[in-house]
Amino acid sequence: MLDALRTFLGMGGYAAFVWPALILTAVVLVSMLVLSLQDLRRAERTLQGMEPADRPRRRRGAA
Amino acid sequence: MANLHRFANPAQFQRLSRALLPWVAGITAILFVLGLYFALFASPPDYQQGDTVRIMYVHVPSAWMSLFCYTFLAVAGAVGLIWRHPLAFMSARAAAPIGAGFTFIVLATGSLWGKPMWGTWWVWDARLTSVLILFFLYLGHIALSRAFDDPARGAKAAAVLALVGAVNVPIIKFSVDWWNTLHQPASVSRLAGPAIDSSMLPPLFLMAFAFMGYFFTLLLIRIRADLASRKVQALRVAALAAAE
Amino acid sequence: MSTFWAIVARDVRLAVRGGTESVMVLVFFVLAAILFPFGVGPEAEVLRRIGPGVIWVVALLAAMMSLERLFSADHEDGTLDLLATSPAPLEIVFLAKAIAHWLTTGLPLLVAAPVLGVFYQLPGPAFGVLLLSMLLGTPSLSLIGGVGAALIVGARRGGVLLALLVLPLYVPVLIFAVAGVDAVIFDAPVRPSMMILAALLLAAIPLCPWAGGAALRQALQ
Repeated sequence: MLDALRTFLGMGGYAAFVWPALILTAVVLVSMLVLSLQDLRRAERTLQGMEPADRPRRRRGAA
Repeated sequence: MANLHRFANPAQFQRLSRALLPWVAGITAILFVLGLYFALFASPPDYQQGDTVRIMYVHVPSAWMSLFCYTFLAVAGAVGLIWRHPLAFMSARAAAPIGAGFTFIVLATGSLWGKPMWGTWWVWDARLTSVLILFFLYLGHIALSRAFDDPARGAKAAAVLALVGAVNVPIIKFSVDWWNTLHQPASVSRLAGPAIDSSMLPPLFLMAFAFMGYFFTLLLIRIRADLASRKVQALRVAALAAAE
Repeated sequence: MSTFWAIVARDVRLAVRGGTESVMVLVFFVLAAILFPFGVGPEAEVLRRIGPGVIWVVALLAAMMSLERLFSADHEDGTLDLLATSPAPLEIVFLAKAIAHWLTTGLPLLVAAPVLGVFYQLPGPAFGVLLLSMLLGTPSLSLIGGVGAALIVGARRGGVLLALLVLPLYVPVLIFAVAGVDAVIFDAPVRPSMMILAALLLAAIPLCPWAGGAALRQALQ
């Protein structure tokens, strides 16, 4: 069982290249996702804080 | 007040994206799980390149996505310039950094794939060199779109740049190929990578679709974020005007 | 048509009268090129190998130095608005400005190139091809660079941004121009590279004014 894990992690001797490549890919993709979600949450939170005070009347159908 | 209503129209997009997002994100997650399973466990190492071929399962889809994203920038730019649909410009602005990210992954994983295969961290092979130039095309697009006080101006200028770039990408590819055959490095004869065995196709395509799904997920999120922050801006401006 | 030549004449006159910018670009060209021997050593073999590439890269950078102000200066003093109201379409205005840029920057580089050929110990036949490559290549630099210059009108940090935008687009011209000169040095066919350089120029002549005109229109809105 442990042997199988070791073989897997060893990547046929190329572990020093394969794992950093995969991890780097994951890091880039995940951080882009996280940063974008943070921007979204921050903007939506600000929006929720603002709406009641800054919209005195709802103009339905107005240009 | 007119300002507010200009941003009220993207309500259509907001509704659509709110409905789509969980599905796109969910399918993407499933594709990643399946793709990684096949890439790391259920596919054999290459008879020549060994387990380094597993790097290909992220390197090649990233390369496809980096080209796809640039095409997306050009098409969105054209749509924005011709039909002036604001969502087109917002899509381009949201997509450019994603494309740059994919391009960076191509370069970095290419380097990590190259070291064990060709013995150096960087090789001026035609494909990698073209991708390097593409990376700078992305950086230029991102910088130009944010270089003006008026973001609309930036979006339009970047759209023209994307179209100019799109015309140039085939020319650049052609000239880099030419340059590469003139200066064939002695130690590397054919940097074509492994011949793709049929057992490699499932993980490759699964990962490719996963990356595509990731792109659209992230695109939707970024456009929603852009719309929200613009609404914040508009409300702030309206509040200032009302206070006078 | 008269607007076209008026623009070219005006720009050339301004450059000649203003004097210093064209001269400084030329001085930069020569100065930057002669730095390399200090870096790589004075061996003729080495210099001959890198010479065409160095001369062309430095020519690219020099061409770019005078591009930043190509349209920005006119935008600042209102000339661009005036030109927009003239009978000539913005595409023609762009072409005129690009030609003026070539006359005031590209042409001097072309004249100075043989001097650099001497510094880099290039063999005799290389000089002709070097000049031909510059004759065919530098107008493309003015045209492509002009599109960049039009895009950055009114932008913050225009100069650095211009370099980032334009240098990747210059790579094909660079590759084929240097390939041609290298070919004559290393006894290979020169014609294909020169034909491709000419083709790039022919493609740039209609396409760049089109893109540049669009960019200028955005700057004026």
